[in-house]
Amino acid sequence: MSRFTSLAAPVFGALSILLAWQFLLPLSGVPAYIAPTPTKILSVFFSQTDLILSNFTPTAIEALAGFVFGNTVAVLFAIIFAYSKFIRQAYFPVVLFFNTIPILALSPIIILIFGLGMTPKIIIAAIICFFPTLVNMIRGLGSATHNEEELFHVLSANKFETFMRLHFPRSLPMLFSSLRIATATAVIGAIVGEWIGADKGLGALIIRATFNYQSDQLYAAIVAASFLSITLFAIVAAVEVRVLRHHAQ
Amino acid sequence: MAGAAIVAQGLNIGYRNGAQTVTVLSDVNLTVEQGEFLTILGPSGCGKSTLLRVVANLLEPLEGKISVLGESPAATRKKRETGFVFQEATLLPWRTVRDNIRLPAIVGGRLAKPILVGRVKNLLSLLGLEGLGDRYPSQLSGGQRQRVAIARALIDEPRILLMDEPFGALDEITRDRLNDELLSIWRATGTTILFVTHSIEEAVYLGQRIMVLGSNPGRILNLHDLKPIKTFDNTCRREDPGIVSEIAAQRIMLAQAS
Repeated sequence: MSRFTSLAAPVFGALSILLAWQFLLPLSGVPAYIAPTPTKILSVFFSQTDLILSNFTPTAIEALAGFVFGNTVAVLFAIIFAYSKFIRQAYFPVVLFFNTIPILALSPIIILIFGLGMTPKIIIAAIICFFPTLVNMIRGLGSATHNEEELFHVLSANKFETFMRLHFPRSLPMLFSSLRIATATAVIGAIVGEWIGADKGLGALIIRATFNYQSDQLYAAIVAASFLSITLFAIVAAVEVRVLRHHAQ
Repeated sequence: MAGAAIVAQGLNIGYRNGAQTVTVLSDVNLTVEQGEFLTILGPSGCGKSTLLRVVANLLEPLEGKISVLGESPAATRKKRETGFVFQEATLLPWRTVRDNIRLPAIVGGRLAKPILVGRVKNLLSLLGLEGLGDRYPSQLSGGQRQRVAIARALIDEPRILLMDEPFGALDEITRDRLNDELLSIWRATGTTILFVTHSIEEAVYLGQRIMVLGSNPGRILNLHDLKPIKTFDNTCRREDPGIVSEIAAQRIMLAQAS
């Protein structure tokens, strides 16, 4: 397949669905309050720019802060767990148990503790990012080959040097694969937090638009949330490409 | 420099697995002189790599005594007097060729920077890696990677170089060329080399002495001095009649032993 076709094919696919949605769906009798046309959704971004922006910004801040906070703590915990067998044996089961609590069940408690501001949403987003990164990072820190471990032993490298020069760089591919996933889950966490208690943010907008039958706003909020995820994903993917340029053998 | 590089007495080597001990190689008595090139030849599973790992302090012997440069293997390892080359080059893919060669000096930071820069430059040219210093391992051929691994093992100017089938995964043409280069490095540096191989040709061509191991159970079959057939201090060629007949003799010896 030529380069042009490989680029044009997905564009064609997306456009064909949008066109069908625009023209065929109304003909089939689906009412506008269930599925407004793409142009109607798009027009919300122009006619109600302030509404979208004022709700997009808090969600973006919460998702990004939760992403950074949750993943940072996960990496630190992973380092502690990877290097202290006792702490891992004592606390990893606790972390495992904590992870089995559905985030939706946990969110009201977090809102109760931290109130209605941005903090509880950041914490929910952080918690949702935490576990996959923790598990991946622990595995990543142990992913050096037997030969590499022996090389560092022959070189009489101490624990810190082995961590800095071998285990940490070796863990990066696995870290990045969980960071990619976390870009989507952080946004989910922020929106879930906003559902439970917030007056602004895309989650709040989704709830409000649903109850007011403003389906064009509802769909616009969904598009904005998806745009946020894609942007975070693209940033992580771009950093990953740079950092892991030479990692593949 | 006079004196023995390695002295092993009554060495039993193997693994402890809980209460069980698995002996891989037993009753090793061996003296390797400084500056000697000893090849260790044997079939798979005879413990030839395991012996090297004991010298490198990657493994403790089950029984017996071993001294490396008059000290324990751990002490010589900490002084960086032993260099190790694995069968796989084991280069860190995220570091350039130059940074891989420098790794031993960065871990521990034992060398002053100007000395280090000079040594890396010398090693790049000694191993025919000029112009490749800024490449990454993924951009090198198998032979080039193994050259980088040898350069890395030489950066601390170790007095003993331990090589565990370093050319085992290379094609024969590249291997022959690297054999010759290794011999000239050995002559230039005077390093003691212990070289493990399963190739009879390689063992005869490189070594001043061959230690032939047998398997089931792992033991020394023969410690064979090649110096009489190797005139000009190992500068013979692989097609020399003495080498060719020695290869045939070793092949027969191994066939009869097994």
